[in-house]
Amino acid sequence: MKTIISKISFFLVLGLCLGLLVYMGIKTFNYASAELEDDGRFFTGMITDGGGVNDQSFQESAWKGMKEFSANTGAKVKYIECSQASDFFINIDKFADAKADLVWGIGYKLADVIEHAAKVNPEINYAIADYSFGENTLDNVTGVVFRSEESSFLVGYIAALTTKTNVVGFVGGIKGMVIDQFEYGYRAGVAYGAKQLGKNITVKVQYAESFTDAAKCKAIAIKMFDECDVIFHAAGGGGAGIIEAAKETGKYAIGADMDQSRLAPKNVLTSAIKDVGKAINIVSSKVMNGENLGGKSFSYGIKEGCVGIPEENPNIPEDVMKKVEKVKDDICREEILPPGTSEKYESFIRSLA
Amino acid sequence: MTKNIIKFLKTNFMCTFIAVFLGFMVACAILLITGYSPSLSMAVMFNAVFSRAKFIVNVIIKSTPIILTGLSVTLAFKSGLFNMGAEGQFIVSTIVAAILGIKCNFHPFIQIPMILCAGVLAGAFMGGIVGWLKAKYGIHEVITSIMFNWIALYMCNFVANSETFHKPESDGTFPINRSGQTLLFYDWKFSQEGRDYLQAHPILNDIILKTDFNLNFLIAVAMAILVWVIIYKTKKGYEFRASGLNPDAAQNAGIDVTKNIFYTMLISGALSGLAGVLSLTGSSTPVLHVLSVFENYGFNGLSVALIAGASPVGCIFAGLMFSALIYAGQTLQSKIGTPSDIVNIMIGTIVFFVALVRIIPIWVNRYLQKEERKNAQ
Repeated sequence: MKTIISKISFFLVLGLCLGLLVYMGIKTFNYASAELEDDGRFFTGMITDGGGVNDQSFQESAWKGMKEFSANTGAKVKYIECSQASDFFINIDKFADAKADLVWGIGYKLADVIEHAAKVNPEINYAIADYSFGENTLDNVTGVVFRSEESSFLVGYIAALTTKTNVVGFVGGIKGMVIDQFEYGYRAGVAYGAKQLGKNITVKVQYAESFTDAAKCKAIAIKMFDECDVIFHAAGGGGAGIIEAAKETGKYAIGADMDQSRLAPKNVLTSAIKDVGKAINIVSSKVMNGENLGGKSFSYGIKEGCVGIPEENPNIPEDVMKKVEKVKDDICREEILPPGTSEKYESFIRSLA
Repeated sequence: MTKNIIKFLKTNFMCTFIAVFLGFMVACAILLITGYSPSLSMAVMFNAVFSRAKFIVNVIIKSTPIILTGLSVTLAFKSGLFNMGAEGQFIVSTIVAAILGIKCNFHPFIQIPMILCAGVLAGAFMGGIVGWLKAKYGIHEVITSIMFNWIALYMCNFVANSETFHKPESDGTFPINRSGQTLLFYDWKFSQEGRDYLQAHPILNDIILKTDFNLNFLIAVAMAILVWVIIYKTKKGYEFRASGLNPDAAQNAGIDVTKNIFYTMLISGALSGLAGVLSLTGSSTPVLHVLSVFENYGFNGLSVALIAGASPVGCIFAGLMFSALIYAGQTLQSKIGTPSDIVNIMIGTIVFFVALVRIIPIWVNRYLQKEERKNAQ
């Protein structure tokens, strides 16, 4: 009796599996024929450079911009997260397979692969945020860079007007041209504020050697908060750790890339917004309208509304905000030129003295 | 009749097949629970691998390093060692290859063999230390090799961040010189002449222009055969296997077990080193990246060796399957937005079932014994 039952159940399972297999085969066939149809909508995709689209920072801001673009224009948008550098090209290539009209690489780490992909697929437009190929831009590549030193200058100025210990901090991700903009812009802003107040404010600078390691950032920040009371981070996804440290020690952190106040409403003083989403909207719309942007690079700053500080800053007093507005106007009118490199910073400091 | 079917189930091939099938079934269930259509997902994955020549070539190219690390683990496994250090040997080999590839620039006929040898030696060195520690002092190879993985990772980051090699505005080193790359037709395919020719031949265009076309896979296949010959057709291989099956018996039979441990790890490390250097020279962006986590070439090799049931030739197919899964998984994300976590769970499930399915022969044997006993009565 027992053997009969086991035999029956054996064939039942076998039959079930075969049935499923056949069913899937049919589905596969149907899908394969359906896939060939292109719905004709403008299709743009983005690749992340290691962080995910929920990193509460740069990548999230980019993906938000993509979704906005889709909502405004009806374009189709997709993303792929890549964690390994060795997978960058294979992933970026998936959009070429899907016949995308425009492919975005978010972050300078993707520069090499974007260039290679553009060579392999001359018929597809590529754009890269945070990197410019300068003179050597290929005909189907557009570079987009941000004048983050402008927003960093503003938050540096705010930090100078806020600090009571006269020591403020900066935690960067990995040293490089992009993070230099944040660091020197911030330091110049602090110096400008200190000059106005007529006091000396020291800036402590440290790098986490990672854009994703929130635990390490938190450890650095907690140590830094022993001396200072405001820390500005430019550490991408790692910045969440710095905000957490501010929350624990009851001091102030300044967010980067997005308005990060929702992470700790009482302890995020303000944020140096780098609205990559807005830049994506501007460039994607132009490409969608048939403009040829290949071979060009764009630089976006406060004037274009792509960098800045949030509109609502509940932790900053009114009178400080008024002063900040004035500085912002000065930057727009190019009366203040925030420095983005160490050389420009040196000469800026000399011009202050 | 039933008996024949059951006997057929016992074969190695069928076991693996059933495992993969069950793995996919569970993966489908996971997809269903998380709200993605399993049939559509399977269809997308199938298409992602087989629908274009380019996809097939990409899967083959991607499989090369994990076949080699799989072989490395298999060889160690055969003589009773667990080479967890394939990852570290892989990384060390890429470091050495990158340094030489950037600093030296000879004719390809000298440059390529030089880089290959250096990479293989670096891997063998790393494996050799682990083997020596085990043979001489009995320090467990799993512990030392895992620690060496971390040393290799941070060594890689040190080199990639060092002033001499770090390329500004990137997360890695400068690319290695063109003379050291093992890509085929690389310059030709981007020249005007090459572009025109490939434009006229769409399939070749797919295979050569759109991928990192190289012949590294053939080297991996050759290595699989070589490892098979070493293990099954040579005296040393016999000694390896004997030491693996029962070290005490092997020692009694006059085999120098400690020496064999050292040799096994040396060869095993060399194979992982070969995987590393080939994956660097065969890439269109041949740079050493700053690693925040392991790239998993070594650990995937471990899975490959398990799926293959520690058979060298099986590693080729297991490597191909593994690489197809990874490749298709990435397409799944771009096509229907499945989170990468779910794709990884799917891959994990399949590997899990492959490991689990070794139970089938045991069941089958037990069943057959019972039948026999019944017949005897």
